[in-house]
Amino acid sequence: MSILVTPETRILVQGITGDFGGRHARLSLDYGTRVVAGVTPGKGGLWFEHGAHRVPIFNSVAEAASATGATVSAIFVPPPFAADAILECAGAGLDLAVAITEGIPVRDMVRVKRAMQGGPTRLLGPNCPGIVTPGTGPDSHGGCRIGIAPGYIHKKGHVGVVSRSGTLTYEAVYQLTVKGIGQSTCVGIGGDPVNGTSHLDIVRMFNDDPDTHGIILIGEIGGTAEVEAARWIKAHCQKPVAGFIAGSTAPAGRRMGHAGAIVGGAEDTAAAKIAVFRECGIEVAATPSDMADALIRAAAARGVKLS
Amino acid sequence: MNIHEYQAKILLEKFGAPVPRGAAARSAAEFDAALALLPEGPTMVKSQIHAGGRGKGTFTDGYKGGVKFCRTKAEAREAAGRMLGNTLVTVQTGPAGRKVQTVYFTVASGIKHEYYLAVLLDRASSRPVIIASTEGGVEIEKVAHDTPDRILRVVIDPAYGLADYQVRELTARLGLTGAEAKNGARFIRALYALYWETDAAMVEINPLITTPEGEVLALDAKLSFDDNALFRHPEIVALRDLNEEDPKEIEASKAGLSYIALDGNIACLVNGAGLAMSTMDIIKHFGGSPANFLDVGGGASKDQVVAAFKIILGDPHVRGIMVNIFGGIMDCNVIALGIVEAVREVGLKLPLVVRLEGNNVAAGKKTLADSGLPIISGGTMADAAQKIVQLVA
Repeated sequence: MSILVTPETRILVQGITGDFGGRHARLSLDYGTRVVAGVTPGKGGLWFEHGAHRVPIFNSVAEAASATGATVSAIFVPPPFAADAILECAGAGLDLAVAITEGIPVRDMVRVKRAMQGGPTRLLGPNCPGIVTPGTGPDSHGGCRIGIAPGYIHKKGHVGVVSRSGTLTYEAVYQLTVKGIGQSTCVGIGGDPVNGTSHLDIVRMFNDDPDTHGIILIGEIGGTAEVEAARWIKAHCQKPVAGFIAGSTAPAGRRMGHAGAIVGGAEDTAAAKIAVFRECGIEVAATPSDMADALIRAAAARGVKLS
Repeated sequence: MNIHEYQAKILLEKFGAPVPRGAAARSAAEFDAALALLPEGPTMVKSQIHAGGRGKGTFTDGYKGGVKFCRTKAEAREAAGRMLGNTLVTVQTGPAGRKVQTVYFTVASGIKHEYYLAVLLDRASSRPVIIASTEGGVEIEKVAHDTPDRILRVVIDPAYGLADYQVRELTARLGLTGAEAKNGARFIRALYALYWETDAAMVEINPLITTPEGEVLALDAKLSFDDNALFRHPEIVALRDLNEEDPKEIEASKAGLSYIALDGNIACLVNGAGLAMSTMDIIKHFGGSPANFLDVGGGASKDQVVAAFKIILGDPHVRGIMVNIFGGIMDCNVIALGIVEAVREVGLKLPLVVRLEGNNVAAGKKTLADSGLPIISGGTMADAAQKIVQLVA
């Protein structure tokens, strides 16, 4: 199995007529993902064409969902309109909204998160690479790719990967694939201080997923979400976990690209988080090149087979 | 984005949060006009730079104190003359210090008690939080560490906004009564409105004071704003002072790059913030020292890569460069073409290690190999980092 999405999941793309959204809709179609609808207000009735694919475009998420059975949205709309796009997914009652957009104002996300509280729609992101459940074809073709990750680096298997950072996720996935270790699902939760789904939410799902045998947890400086996940892992997680925290060399008070990656106090430094990881039995990767090997060590120590 | 104290105080007043009367001057010729706006008597002179610790700072010519209490306006005029154009070094500026381009005169208020008050994002709840303390005028981190019970936290529900009962709770727990309580409540509401309506990242008043007359005033003010929301606040963007920013960082932001100068000698050029941070980390891990954080972002163009090279080569301390690209969104060949063009354009003489992986990587590696340039290829991140550290050592 997998978490959140399967190869059968039907997705719609908000912002499919933009350069960014269009490009990644094409890449997802090439990967074999069921992109069944596009949404661009004012362009309903047109078609998004790519090779043999003809994807209908709708004016609203609700229309697109009811006409095509899409349950998940990939959001590529520009920052000033992204909060509204997310709320529209919640309004249409989708299962999952994956917000790829980078640069959404914090205040917008504070309001959106509050508005979605208690509702049926889960938000992943924003400012995230999205989610991939690899398929069984060559280069993991036939999987569900939502967002901007390179599909071909994946391989179907049993490791769950969760990260705030896109490129670090790819790094971990690629290391695993090169070693012949596949992934159940790879999730980017996003680099912003306010996001819809936390490390802990994803770790819980991986723990409950019988097809996930081990977990790589990648974090950064800033906030305490990784610490919260680590403490839960210590108390509840039955599976081997490897962790990495980026930003050991980042100076305090400087925002390192991700709006969330900023050291504010003693608790949210890389050193503090790594210490908690160790204390919670998470195998810490000494460098980002060591992420897959760290999980292999953690699995070997528990006698768990990763592939 | 940060602004100066005098700009922050104008905003505070606009939102109904009282501050001591004050006036700023950008040149000695403006001193008299500025001082004319204040009554005769005790006056504060405050250097305006984007860094804390001004009061305990020292100027590079030996003059002590970037914030001065003066008994008369004449004394204040003299102190301002020593500060303006002078370079102030504080615990936060680094040894190079900051040139003072503006001084701010304020009435020296009588202080009954100093408090701390701030509004910022509480990441754990994804809601705004007001932090307050009866221990103002000192480092709040120290208060939080030594006496955590003296830090009040009130989390605000964004669906409703700041509720009256929360304001009453704050004023009561700060021990304010009578006119102080009424003025304190007004101040807290104004500060929260300023935070929310201007898309501030943080508003911090330290100290917030009560005066013997029962007034509640912001003696100092630090405001920073969410860069992602500046598009809807031209009035805030107008307050930006480029003198306070690293010229290389300004150049980078114009090119759509995220760049932060550090004090090492190995420059990095990376795509993605997480990978860029961990590239710095791995250089350090193998005994090197990173010269910068540089994220070319997800969709970097050839022009951006060229701009990135020019920026990192503008740092005279750089002795070697490590490029680390994992092409998810990005085409590795676009990066490779950019590197080749940049190296040709700037006539690179420093060692350059390039690690490329991902989308269209074969074409990218071929472009580098066929260029005839002395570019060293790195396999993994660890391999590339070890190579550049050895070459620079």
